[in-house]
Amino acid sequence: MGNPGETILQVAQWREGIKIPTLCYMSELSPTGACRICVVEISGGQLVPSCAFPVHEGMDVQTNSKKVRRSRKSIIELLIANHPKDCLICVRNGNCNLQDLAEEYGVRSYRYVGEKRSGKLDLASPAVERDPEKCILCGRCVRMCHEGGERRGH
Amino acid sequence: MMGSGGLVVMDESTCMVDLAKIHEFITSESGGKCIPCREGTSASPRSVTITKSYREEENEVASLMRFQGMLYLERLADVIKDTSLCGLGQTAENPVISTWKLFRDGYEAHLYDRTCPSKACRQMLTYTIDEEKCTGCTLCALRCPVDAISGNRKEPHYIDQDKCTHCGQCELNCRFDAIIAEIIINKRTI
Repeated sequence: MGNPGETILQVAQWREGIKIPTLCYMSELSPTGACRICVVEISGGQLVPSCAFPVHEGMDVQTNSKKVRRSRKSIIELLIANHPKDCLICVRNGNCNLQDLAEEYGVRSYRYVGEKRSGKLDLASPAVERDPEKCILCGRCVRMCHEGGERRGH
Repeated sequence: MMGSGGLVVMDESTCMVDLAKIHEFITSESGGKCIPCREGTSASPRSVTITKSYREEENEVASLMRFQGMLYLERLADVIKDTSLCGLGQTAENPVISTWKLFRDGYEAHLYDRTCPSKACRQMLTYTIDEEKCTGCTLCALRCPVDAISGNRKEPHYIDQDKCTHCGQCELNCRFDAIIAEIIINKRTI
């Protein structure tokens, strides 16, 4: 199946065509395993992040078991708990990973109540706008700036 | 089990639901990298707080909502334990999981009867003054932050239950053990 050094996500998503949802993963960048949306169940009922877990011979991986779906849904609900509820007028409406995931996993109520983050819109860069209230702290922008891109500042 | 390997010895005067609130400490310690630990440990104390809320406007719906909150908390605790990145998150919910499993009767008393068997939750107690023991020293009336205690000097005092905020200052300050703290359900004393 997989070659040594490959992760579960790479093998499943790019070779076998099995969809595993992700939020913080980007194929060009190193994995951080921060969002935990991509968890899969391996033998023994253990949940591991597929973006960072290497494959090995004879591995038993379940990407859509009950435990996995329950965990993913709970994590999405936790993210939505302290997310601004202005999806209809949001600039990313219809082009939002979190929105897609919430729909896919059937989030229909605000089950948890989290503490709202507050902060002003960050307009320091001419190229990037960052709204701290909507940020889910996935760290993609940080990694992209450090690892990818030709015009690195340092 | 508490935390990652600690053992805490307690007697019956400790409220088990209080223990579930211990992860307020974890919330401040969380590194904030992975979502279950960062968001989950700050979302979960809310269910516990509702469980320990004041005994006001009691009805069946409120009691069912409290129970639903605890079921959500149980589910959340499992998810945080299974999916967290490091050991802090994986053990953060141990107090909730183990007290919910082993001291279910304590939780049920809080959820349905609105009582605290260990008498540690002051907001569920009713404070009254024992007229025979009270000497009328006025110390409790002086210390009461909401002026709920009235009475003349050298005569037994009384507590106005509508004003009382269950802070317990009168019980702490009384030198004659005249303040009685008890749990009353439907005018039946336990």
